[in-house]
Amino acid sequence: MAPPSAQRSGSNKKAQLGRFAGYVFASLGATIGALLLIISLWRPETFYGLRSMATDAAAPVGEAGATGRVGSRSFFEAIAGYYDAGSRNAELERENEVARVRLAEMRALEQENERLKALLGLSEGEITPVATGRLIGSSAASTRRFGYLAAGRDQGVAVGMPVTSPMGLVGRILEAGSDTSRVLLLTDVESIVPVRRATDDVVAFAEGRADGSLRIRLINLGINPLEQGDIFVTSGAGGLFRPGVAVAVVTEITDDGAIGQLLSNPAATDFVIVEPIFEPEAIEAADAPLLSEQVAED
Amino acid sequence: MERLNPNSRRDQFGSKINRVHSPVLAYGVPWLTILLASLAPMLPLIASAPLFPPLGYLFLLAWRVLRPGILPMWAGLPLGFFDDLYSGQPLGSGILLFSLTMIVLDLIELRFPWRGFWQDWGVAAVCTVTYLILAAMFSGASLPWIKLPLILPQIVLAIMLFPVVAQIVALLDRLRLRRVKKIG
Repeated sequence: MAPPSAQRSGSNKKAQLGRFAGYVFASLGATIGALLLIISLWRPETFYGLRSMATDAAAPVGEAGATGRVGSRSFFEAIAGYYDAGSRNAELERENEVARVRLAEMRALEQENERLKALLGLSEGEITPVATGRLIGSSAASTRRFGYLAAGRDQGVAVGMPVTSPMGLVGRILEAGSDTSRVLLLTDVESIVPVRRATDDVVAFAEGRADGSLRIRLINLGINPLEQGDIFVTSGAGGLFRPGVAVAVVTEITDDGAIGQLLSNPAATDFVIVEPIFEPEAIEAADAPLLSEQVAED
Repeated sequence: MERLNPNSRRDQFGSKINRVHSPVLAYGVPWLTILLASLAPMLPLIASAPLFPPLGYLFLLAWRVLRPGILPMWAGLPLGFFDDLYSGQPLGSGILLFSLTMIVLDLIELRFPWRGFWQDWGVAAVCTVTYLILAAMFSGASLPWIKLPLILPQIVLAIMLFPVVAQIVALLDRLRLRRVKKIG
């Protein structure tokens, strides 16, 4: 079908001018876009306020949807449960046996831990969560991996705080609006978390690969000690994440480390917990200019 | 007196008696649907890989291809801005790409005035692929060229989804021109 004839300006001066103006405005839009893009790539934090305001405005939609997501998932899981109930039951019983033994071991360990801590004079209280909320959306169409969380400044959330779920680490707060905040998920390419192997002290960095898996990069190169099925937990280095939160399980060995699967899949979480920054003093100290730099400025 | 054909008082957009097209509907529906599609990241879908097609962009393409002239040339600026607020891309990437798309589609239309389904789909596919690759480059994440296959599934999904979006837009186009009751 040919387009409507209104598109043809012909010898009509006014129509010609209109078309020309259209091109001018469109090019102007593109130029503004390019300028804004350069600014936001150069200073990513420039438009955070604007975006969090927009997310705040759209939060009720996401909140309703998130409730629906959890509901529908449990509905389908309930149906699926009928199909393999028998074998599932046997498997669970076996797992239960193992878990009971492990629990006893854990109690012993805990006791020993407490005794050792008392010996050292360390006092460590329970971590009180800053806020809890639902993940109400994610940048599913973009190459970046952001999640939107239904808790913000009004609930005490601040930039940099770790976000966890009962299954493990989810990410950290990147920008906080008044009622929502943007979470940098672990799988984003800009996300780096210091981790260690749960069983010993093999330290590494877990970097996002934007495709749902993490790249575990060993700090000490040499013979690669990793094996499939190794669990990595946060090491607490850097002072942002508290140590001992589960991050990833190794699925594939590479030359300088491994590829790991995320343990706490954000899609399967209902509520997530925002925790306070582990060692705020350490972060402040890292951000402060060195003494020599201060002298140079004076 | 001869009876009039009863169909002469109706057309596909409803009865003609005391009913007219509403300018609000006729011009508002395309804008509204594109804006709503841009809100897709607020859907309860937490993806751990870029998989979801850019719905706002697909709706813009579909409206522009189906009804040239309904969206003004400068529509890329406000629509792209709104898309940027939610898509997770750095602000400006949507404005730039949406505006360029409006210009490119106009030039293509000048060059090939006769069109059909396959040509529309082809144009949309080329635009979508370019959009997704450029958006990945502008995303602020330093992705090396080698990681580009990462967005392949998304590209395929978006291309396959375009006819569906075009059908939805065609349905909405009928709603857009529906006659509503004239008051006074």
